[in-house]
Amino acid sequence: MSSAIGTEDLKIVGSRPLRPDGVDKVTGRARYGADVSLPGQLIGKVLRSPHPHARILAIDTSLALALPGVKAVVTRDDFPDMPDEYAAAGELTINYRDVTRNMMAREKVLYDGHPVAAVAAISESVAREALKLIKVDYQVLPHVIDVREAMRPDAPLLHEAQYTEGVSPKPDKPSNIAKRLEFSRGDVAAGFARAEVIVEREFNTQPVHQGYIEPQACLASTTEDGQVELWTSTQGHFMFRAQCAKLLQMEVSRIRVTPTEIGGGFGGKNNIYNEPLAIVLSRKSHRPVKMVMSREEVFRATGPTSGGNVKVRLGATKDGRITAAFAELNFQAGAYPGSSVAPASMCAFTRYDLDNVRVIGHDVTCNRPKVAAYRAPGAPIAAFAVESAIDELAGKLAIDPIEFRLKNAAREGTQTYYGPKLGTIGYVETLEAARAHPHYRAPLGPDQGRGVATGFWFNIGGETSATVNINEDGTVALMHGTLDVAGGSRAAMAMMVAEELGIPFEQVRPIVGDTAVLGFNFITAGSRGTFAGGMACVTAARQAIDRLRTRVAAIREVPVEAVIWKDGQARPAEGSAIRFEPMSLAQIARLAGKTGGTIAGHAEINAQGAGPGFGTHIVDVAVDRETGAIRVLRYTAVQDVGRAIHPAYVEGQLQGGVAQGIGWALNEEYVYGADGVLQNPGFLDYRIPVASDLPYIDTVLVEVPNPNHPYGVRGCGEVPIIAPLAAIANAVSHALGIRLCDLPLSPPRVARAIADRPA
Amino acid sequence: MSELRYEAPKTLAEAVALLSGAKGRARVLAGGTDLLIQMRTGRIQPELLVDIKAVPELGEIVAGNGGYRIGAAVTGMQLIEHADFAKRWPGVVDGVRLIGSLQVKGRATVGGNLCNASPAADSVPALIAAGAVARIVGPHGAREAAVETVVVGPGKTSLAVGEIVTSLLLPPRPLRSGDAYLRFTPRSEMDIAVVGAGVNLTLDAQGICTQARVALGAVASRALLVPAAAAALIGTKVDAAALARLAAAARDACSPIDDKRGSREFRLRTAGVMVCRAAGIALERARRNDG
Ligand SMILES: Cc1cc2nc3c(=O)[nH]c(=O)nc-3n(C[C@H](O)[C@H](O)[C@H](O)COP(=O)(O)OP(=O)(O)OC[C@H]3O[C@@H](n4cnc5c(N)ncnc54)[C@H](O)[C@@H]3O)c2cc1C
Repeated sequence: MSSAIGTEDLKIVGSRPLRPDGVDKVTGRARYGADVSLPGQLIGKVLRSPHPHARILAIDTSLALALPGVKAVVTRDDFPDMPDEYAAAGELTINYRDVTRNMMAREKVLYDGHPVAAVAAISESVAREALKLIKVDYQVLPHVIDVREAMRPDAPLLHEAQYTEGVSPKPDKPSNIAKRLEFSRGDVAAGFARAEVIVEREFNTQPVHQGYIEPQACLASTTEDGQVELWTSTQGHFMFRAQCAKLLQMEVSRIRVTPTEIGGGFGGKNNIYNEPLAIVLSRKSHRPVKMVMSREEVFRATGPTSGGNVKVRLGATKDGRITAAFAELNFQAGAYPGSSVAPASMCAFTRYDLDNVRVIGHDVTCNRPKVAAYRAPGAPIAAFAVESAIDELAGKLAIDPIEFRLKNAAREGTQTYYGPKLGTIGYVETLEAARAHPHYRAPLGPDQGRGVATGFWFNIGGETSATVNINEDGTVALMHGTLDVAGGSRAAMAMMVAEELGIPFEQVRPIVGDTAVLGFNFITAGSRGTFAGGMACVTAARQAIDRLRTRVAAIREVPVEAVIWKDGQARPAEGSAIRFEPMSLAQIARLAGKTGGTIAGHAEINAQGAGPGFGTHIVDVAVDRETGAIRVLRYTAVQDVGRAIHPAYVEGQLQGGVAQGIGWALNEEYVYGADGVLQNPGFLDYRIPVASDLPYIDTVLVEVPNPNHPYGVRGCGEVPIIAPLAAIANAVSHALGIRLCDLPLSPPRVARAIADRPA
Repeated sequence: MSELRYEAPKTLAEAVALLSGAKGRARVLAGGTDLLIQMRTGRIQPELLVDIKAVPELGEIVAGNGGYRIGAAVTGMQLIEHADFAKRWPGVVDGVRLIGSLQVKGRATVGGNLCNASPAADSVPALIAAGAVARIVGPHGAREAAVETVVVGPGKTSLAVGEIVTSLLLPPRPLRSGDAYLRFTPRSEMDIAVVGAGVNLTLDAQGICTQARVALGAVASRALLVPAAAAALIGTKVDAAALARLAAAARDACSPIDDKRGSREFRLRTAGVMVCRAAGIALERARRNDG
């Protein structure tokens, strides 16, 4: 679908109205997951494993069930086992065999915090008391936390029947390496042989949590005839419905999911955790059951993104042309296979036009929570390694780092090493805008450094539906099924509908449709919200317009071809001999009942043609050489966003991504004791940045429209988290004259590097 | 599950009686910014909370005899906004300012910061360096104790059952005195000290340091008064050589642990850095404070 409108004609797209959900949010009226309650509801709580790895010998729940106030208990015995069956969930793939084990352990517990039982009771304190009465007999097993250790042949094994996929012949011994994958193009050996300068480095990043401010929360009500209503904080209510139906072997039609407002997700709310437990507890207790995680539970048992070990080798000629690129990416998947190593491998070098590339990826299980998607899953880890190596290579060649990237930049038509040729993209435009920015030439003080890095992300489309209902007074109810995960996409969707219909933005009321009122929508992931959601909304608006024109043709007794839609009115087509009195949307709406009934437009589409996004970031840091503390002084994020429907919210996406990237780069990490137990399950010791840690994050929106979208939209939510890790590491490396390859760049680590530096 | 009782007595005598009657299952409630969190996580399960905020004298900031008396229920923000106190004891205010956010400081008290007995409490090294004394009232009467003797270990104080810290006394301030408190945290705010350093010193007319007190936080099981570090400053102009001796003495006094908040090695190194920087600020303040 195309027919993009020229910028000059736009009245609403590109402006900055207040978001429809704004007042509710700033006044505390917005209903998040934990705000939904039903009469008679019980509180559900989960018993979690205190061990990182153990076999479950027996579970005795009898004492808990006998406690007054306890209405139901569930364990593994209450859920059907699942065979291997794969499904897409956002940008990662899930296996139902693992999903059922992750929500409730079966044979073994595989991480500190793994659920082993759940209770529903009349109050939280009774539920907590009941948990203490459940007896679990564990046979504790040796565990492994670190990805490199997990890859060793003698490492404690999580899955006895897991043989590395992707190697032939099939290995004769099981391994924590679930999968090996490889992408290659050209002749890497020949490329390195031609290189005049080679950089080779090994990098490590730590798993980081999505850090959404709202812990997972849900409320389930199951009736005696097997109907389920579920309210939950999710990025995809249709996907949660599908997962619950599958795990509980129910028909999809029996489950109705209403998404609540979501206090952030960033990929972490793509998958179910407590929802099936709440449904079964409700079925057993005949009462609604509400389950709200604590922050500690969020840290111990919901997905971080992978930590990664990445080896990179890059070769170039003296004039700055890259001749070969190699990377090996070893990603922690956590307790079950399925890390983001595949997309990370595909992203690793896809900012450059390369003839010789080889990327090897390993997906490695270890005794940590199963990873979940996190904003551009895997790409920041790969980019940290590759963009650090690019920076070092540029330095060795004495070529300006932006100039070096421009010499090798991917452009329209560049062949990727994982499959397609790139379409219309704006990478070069972001590099040029960054180079022209005053930030790039601003002077630096002592102990300060500047870093540059770039990012690429695919973006996706997918199944989407929407309904535009023309109300009887000519205002519009827009029902969309692709959730606004708080980034402002519902504002953008309403803006596009208002633009199409030619009415004020305030007259379009966007609301989220639950799973019973709209057709299937894929999860809000892959930066698809405004792209795919917007495409569906525009399609629905255009269908409504066609129906409005048809009504007017009937009322005015003219052929429908003679009626066009412009500025909120049905009018005679320009230059047409057929003239009639124009009718406004309100006039048509008022007569709708008498002319055939209410008017609506629908769209049920599978959105194609998501345009990839590219960004170039510049950052200045100051290093306190005595303490190793790093201060981010100035940050500029440049990104090709296709077209910014609501520029303020697009800028917000860039700033949010950068803020999360700064946390990843500087301080965020999980601290495990020798016992494999997580020591910092809270925001005091898991340090996401606070406002005073961040500079003003300046943004530059480059607009190279996506030709596949009616308004040129490209997804913009994920690209901004990709470059910060490398940009900051490059800046710190320049400030100190030492290349730092391990994240986070926390004060103890930086102080150590300064102390260990060869004199 | 036990019931929780809440009392807000209007007099100190009542508060002491309630506490001593509860056989150790009672807790003083000041701002609650430590206590309520510990109750929510299940770390403590008191049966009685005795809120001391309704006792009028505990909410007072009183100047007298050249010194100051701060009631145990005075909040961090009240202290920060007290212009004369902040002028005399800028280092104590440095410590108080670092406690949490504006909202936390609107509730949190200095008495609570002390009695919670965290080795990393931010106002405590500053109070120790200031030479502050805690006034304590209990079932057996009133007593006074130097602040550095109140905390004995993580979560443990020298207070007997039923005893309440009623106020903190700060001594008279000689001319050319200055104090400062600095902490190191990975984050700029809302974090817990990896190392804290309080320095309080007095200069003579020639700029020679005549008195000094140095205290360190988060580098041992409780905040430490470090006389050897003070000795490194006394008799000097707080020059580079004195600072080097100060750093060495401070490091010698530390017995930090390796934990999730920092390695032993990092804490030792950073303790020396922070104490020197705090001394530099205290010196500046003392020079400006010449009447
Ligand atoms: C978000 C957040 C951030 C924080 N940041 C910091 C920080 O940066 N630095 C820092 O040092 N602290 C910090 N704290 C901890 C806390 O705010 C301080 O320790 C505060 O000073 C405690 O005072 P309170 O009045 O709230 O004490 P309460 O919680 O009321 O009491 C603490 C303990 O002391 C006892 N107690 C209180 N008053 C008395 C008394 N008069 N006599 C005898 N016993 C008493 C109580 O029984 C309890 O055991 C933070 C807390 C939060 C929630």
